[in-house]
Amino acid sequence: MAMALRALGRRISHSDRFFSSLSEAAKPPSDGKLINLFTAINQALHIALDTDPRSYVFGEDVRFGGVFRCTTGLTDKFGRDRVFNTPLCEQGIIGFAIGLAAMGNRAIAEIQFADYIYPAFDQIVNEAAKFRYRSGNEFNCGGLTVRSPYGAVGHGGHYHSQSPESFFCHVPGLKVVIPRSPRQAKGLLLSCIRDPNPVIFFEPKLLYRLSVEEVPEDDYMLPLSEAEVIRQGSDITLIGWGAQLSILEQACDAAAKEGISCELIDLKTLIPWDKETVESSVRKTGKLLISHEAPVTGGFGAEISASIVERCFLRLEAPIARVCGLDTPFPLVYEQFYLPTMNKILDAIKATVKY
Amino acid sequence: MAASAVVRRLSSAPLRDHRLLRPFSSTGSESTITVETSVPFTGHKINPPSRSVETTPVELLSFFRDMSLMRRMEIAADSLYKSKLIRGFCHLYDGQESIAIGLEAAITKKDAIITAYRDHCICLGRGGTLVESFAELMGRRAGCSKGKGGSMHFYKKESGFFGGHGIVGAQVPLGCGLAFAQKYLKEGTVSFALYGDGAANQGQLFEALNISALWDLPAILVCENNHYGMGTAEWRSSKSPAYYKRGDYVPGLKVDGMDVLAVKQASKFAKEYALKNGPIILEMDTYRYHGHSMSDPGSTYRTRDEISGVRQERDPIERIRKLLLSHEIATVSDLKDIEKEVRREVEEAIAQAKENLMPDPSELFTNVYVKGFGVESFGADRKEVKAILP
Repeated sequence: MAMALRALGRRISHSDRFFSSLSEAAKPPSDGKLINLFTAINQALHIALDTDPRSYVFGEDVRFGGVFRCTTGLTDKFGRDRVFNTPLCEQGIIGFAIGLAAMGNRAIAEIQFADYIYPAFDQIVNEAAKFRYRSGNEFNCGGLTVRSPYGAVGHGGHYHSQSPESFFCHVPGLKVVIPRSPRQAKGLLLSCIRDPNPVIFFEPKLLYRLSVEEVPEDDYMLPLSEAEVIRQGSDITLIGWGAQLSILEQACDAAAKEGISCELIDLKTLIPWDKETVESSVRKTGKLLISHEAPVTGGFGAEISASIVERCFLRLEAPIARVCGLDTPFPLVYEQFYLPTMNKILDAIKATVKY
Repeated sequence: MAASAVVRRLSSAPLRDHRLLRPFSSTGSESTITVETSVPFTGHKINPPSRSVETTPVELLSFFRDMSLMRRMEIAADSLYKSKLIRGFCHLYDGQESIAIGLEAAITKKDAIITAYRDHCICLGRGGTLVESFAELMGRRAGCSKGKGGSMHFYKKESGFFGGHGIVGAQVPLGCGLAFAQKYLKEGTVSFALYGDGAANQGQLFEALNISALWDLPAILVCENNHYGMGTAEWRSSKSPAYYKRGDYVPGLKVDGMDVLAVKQASKFAKEYALKNGPIILEMDTYRYHGHSMSDPGSTYRTRDEISGVRQERDPIERIRKLLLSHEIATVSDLKDIEKEVRREVEEAIAQAKENLMPDPSELFTNVYVKGFGVESFGADRKEVKAILP
């Protein structure tokens, strides 16, 4: 998908092919410039800071633009009081952000790599997620948005490639959102920032430069908790999010050559997730395959699988397949074996369809 | 030869060149020399040790050789990375070699060292071989972590090197735990937990320090202050960049980390202190010539003048070279010979490491758990067991 998108000059076919959406409200305005993911995120942050004078962006090294250039130009435009560096202390960053949000501000905190989010895990799970609940709605930290690059990047090794989304999906009170492309990222990020709940926004770092798309320059928001069917099909439903969708698309194309018609869904928001869209798709196809980079045991695919079995047991024609990362720490030299590659997905599609 | 026996005891690098251990012109190889450190030590809640350090010609020569070896290894790693033989992340230690060497000169292999990701030279100092290091960097099976760790995760159990950690600051509580175990063992050993100025602001460090002080653990926290946490200067990240004072109730010592004799003196002092009284913090004032990692040019947040200034004024290898020359322990050409030999050693090690194979794909599954806790993985039909992960 990323490769196709990079081919310049095919605007119309892009929008027909990739943005057919069941949800009309999700259609953003169509004019825009071709930009990549980090530029789209940068635009979203500019707009967020512009439209709300009480919003702040902070994290490690964000002032010069950030290690992935997502925060370029923000300090120059909005000043050091609103865009600032923090020392190297994730727990401190998030705790501080929660406090800021509790005073009614929009705190957009960056954790430099999702692998480093664990020192802040207690703050996110125990403080942020439960604040509104335990104070009986007296207080809340809805203004909190945590942005973090996640996912494999080819050479990241153990601590620059992890996908920790499933840890946070287990916490009621949080929202977890993962975009697949620049246009999605900008709209979703603005929705996350403006959503009155604490949100964790994981950005697929592989796509920062790789994914290029037309993105409208103005302020627009995409709805949370709405999955998008990005490709219609009839034989099997495939679900993924983030960078994995481009792998799934390649698998769809390969399966189409073998006569299998795949329906591809981008989940977008992992919790609270859009069960209805997925259920109606599975009712149509009768088969489901979920793919994510995180290890298979306890990954978010397990939740989707269990929920769909509850809802669609009698309609299912084959066991739900999960093609995910292996149950090992993210390896160094074995990355290609560990990841759910296109061939693994294609194998599973065929096995499921021929069950 | 007595001299070579002494050198073998002091230094752990392989392949001694015995030609250089002929009797020296003016000083005997066993005679002691007293050298003053570049600057006096500064103490926090403790009386600092004396500035006068005792050393021998053999020791000084070994310092020179070992630091040159480390320097050459790091520079070679730089070019290997650029030619894509090393992938992933690579954090180079050149400029900071004196800390690794000075530390080793004061302790034994039964003492433990634990550090963060800038660990290539520490591993070498602990007895790692060049081939092991390059193989690990290139992800080959002869590497010290069998190719599964990479640049950031060098380990050497038999010499008390506990690695090689990616998450900033996470190694410090671990180091204090090692000290706890050592206290039980009663072998008169200590643990050195190395961390950087960036990690000095991690909360877990203070938690571990409190526990160590409460229980009088033989833990020595060494802050390798190279003044930049990635791209952030210390004064931008820390309200108090006097890291040796950060322990508050734990005494501290500020040391010129670019002076290997000062590092040796401070480490010896710290070990004696820790065995009797509990934790102590050493702040090593040092500098790294390379950027934070290979993806950082290192010049966007500091001037080239600053880097070259440090190289001229404070380079650890140059300091030892001047000492060796002024005490007539070696001539200019002797030292050049050592450097040439070191270069050759490094090149041979690289060639050997390059021929080594990548680990077998089955190694992807090993060492997740101890063998025997099998996880089964079925295909979509749930009839055929596709794999049992060990």
